[in-house]
Amino acid sequence: MTVILNQSFTGVSIGAVLLLIALGLTLTFGQMGVINMAHGEFIMAGAYTTYVLQKSIGDAGISLLLALPVAFLVAGSMGALLEWLLIRRLYTRPLDTLLVTWGVSLMLQQLARDIFGAPNVQTRAPDLLTGSVSIAGVTLANSRLFILGFALLCVFGLAATLRTTPLGRRIRAVVQNRDLAEVSGIATGQVDRTTFFIGSGLAGMAGVALTLIGPIGPTTGTNYIVDAFLVVVVGGIGRLRGAVITAFALGLLQSVLEYSTTVSVAKVVVLVGIVAFLQWRPQGLYTVRTRSLV
Amino acid sequence: MTTTSTPPAPAPATEPPAAPQAPPFLSRFRTPAAFLLGAVLLVGVAPLALSDFRLGLLAKYLCYGIVAVGVSLAWGRGGLLVLGQGVFFGLGGYAMAMHLKLADAAATGETLPDFMLLYGTEGGLPWWWQPFANPAFALVMTVLLPMAVAALLGVLVFRRRVKGAYFAILSQALAAALAIWLVGQQATTGGTNGLTDFQGFFGYDLNDPVNQRMVYIIIAVALLLLMAGARQLFVSRYGELLIAVRDSEERVRFLGYNPANVKLVAYVVAAGMAGLAGALFVPAVGIISPALIGVVPSIGFVIGAAVGGRASLVGAVLGAIAVAWAQSTLSDAWPAGWTYLQGLLFVVAVGFLPGGLASLRTVLRGRRKADGVRTTKGVTT
Repeated sequence: MTVILNQSFTGVSIGAVLLLIALGLTLTFGQMGVINMAHGEFIMAGAYTTYVLQKSIGDAGISLLLALPVAFLVAGSMGALLEWLLIRRLYTRPLDTLLVTWGVSLMLQQLARDIFGAPNVQTRAPDLLTGSVSIAGVTLANSRLFILGFALLCVFGLAATLRTTPLGRRIRAVVQNRDLAEVSGIATGQVDRTTFFIGSGLAGMAGVALTLIGPIGPTTGTNYIVDAFLVVVVGGIGRLRGAVITAFALGLLQSVLEYSTTVSVAKVVVLVGIVAFLQWRPQGLYTVRTRSLV
Repeated sequence: MTTTSTPPAPAPATEPPAAPQAPPFLSRFRTPAAFLLGAVLLVGVAPLALSDFRLGLLAKYLCYGIVAVGVSLAWGRGGLLVLGQGVFFGLGGYAMAMHLKLADAAATGETLPDFMLLYGTEGGLPWWWQPFANPAFALVMTVLLPMAVAALLGVLVFRRRVKGAYFAILSQALAAALAIWLVGQQATTGGTNGLTDFQGFFGYDLNDPVNQRMVYIIIAVALLLLMAGARQLFVSRYGELLIAVRDSEERVRFLGYNPANVKLVAYVVAAGMAGLAGALFVPAVGIISPALIGVVPSIGFVIGAAVGGRASLVGAVLGAIAVAWAQSTLSDAWPAGWTYLQGLLFVVAVGFLPGGLASLRTVLRGRRKADGVRTTKGVTT
């Protein structure tokens, strides 16, 4: 029983990381239908932001708290810049954005390697987050609990933003029907850039969270990006609810399979499961209903 | 539709602007002539002019060229962004490598390949290794295995109309999963090191330069034959249908065809070509490992085609060979510089020159649209 609970907690915490990463992705993917492979590098930028802040400030607690908004701004600006420079030009060619942003991600990785060096670097976690609590025989690492809480906070924050603010209304309008939003007087180009800023900023904050679970390096983001895309695909593009359910489901499935088989077999089984799932719901768990044929 | 059916003439044509009025007699022979010239250069001149070492490198690049033929078919003509060609390249490569390993072991009187003895594999040879001792089975499998995997994924994905970005991501995830799986099965697949150190090739000594030249000739001939075959496929009725599916899948469906089958054929054939390339890569280069077939190399298979011109067969193949050449030349001397250049190539070629270098002439002239590459609004969702 304890084993099952321990494994489940591991699964939930994998899910929380996936959720943090997929959250920004589902926003940008849902909005413009573009696939941003550089999303992983925005995560990396967030992680290195934490590293740099800690180097210059020293105190782990203050630098972590400071890193969250700064990483949001850094990664968000990078995202907005990328959108302005490249993605808006490729608007009608979504598949090509995948390759173009992959090229950008290659360059950003190399840039990180040139600035911070190829080996991974380690940040110190604040004392408060290094320990663990024990509930009913289950050991819960504080850092994992923090990530879980932070991921949920981000979900609620984003959901509230989308639901209640005027910007959120505009974003939803563009996701649901871009042409109609355009003729209704919404500056869709501007909404796109803002969405990209928020989505990339979320990636940056995910990067801050990743510094708590392990060393960070130039390929930090890339390791998660394929999994995060699978979350978006299974959850349904542009749907927060789908991303939340899928992230936790995939995390749990992964950790249970890893326990009963091996890491590599678990990966393969999860992929087979996803392809099987798409037979049942090709458009993902939740879909934006449209009248379009495709 | 008609303008897209023929790839641009590969010959260094210095045709006047009034191309349509060119003498039909000459233009009819331009493609076969260029093909013949390429064949003479590859099979006749290159083995004489190049050193053993350079010829070995060329053999490696030509393997990537064979993959590019498939990429040009599936992506350039069919609009299927195949980001997982590494999977098929790897399946073909491992099928061949497993046979070579078993043959080497048999030659020295062992029953287990050397690396298995080293890792102390328990329970003897795994059951899925055993059939590969048979050379005919292994050869057939180098092509059949990738095609079977592609057919399985293709049926599942295309039937349910999973397409565009979804398909690209799934094929990419497949590459990641296979690479991770291979690394995890150290004792039976060689793990991160992969399979390497082959001695013989169907009874011939692989370390003999003469036999290496023979391998090169086989690869060059395979590439030429596949290019000729692919060209025939492009100009056939099926080739037209494939372009129609790429440009407007719904319209093709309304006309009574099943786009799923059309895409499936392109995907499966491309997978078979990648498998063959992988199988030929093993004797030519002497290694197959997860690092050669994961996500990054899989995307690498696409970049050459993108730079050269995805819709143009010759452009895609030449692009793949040129990029592979640039990679091995530059990445040794200046690794960081190569990575930046590779990224830049992606951005510029895909973002600003979607027809690749093959379309440069038409783009500069600014008259015709870049050949073949036509994207319809909203192709993904």
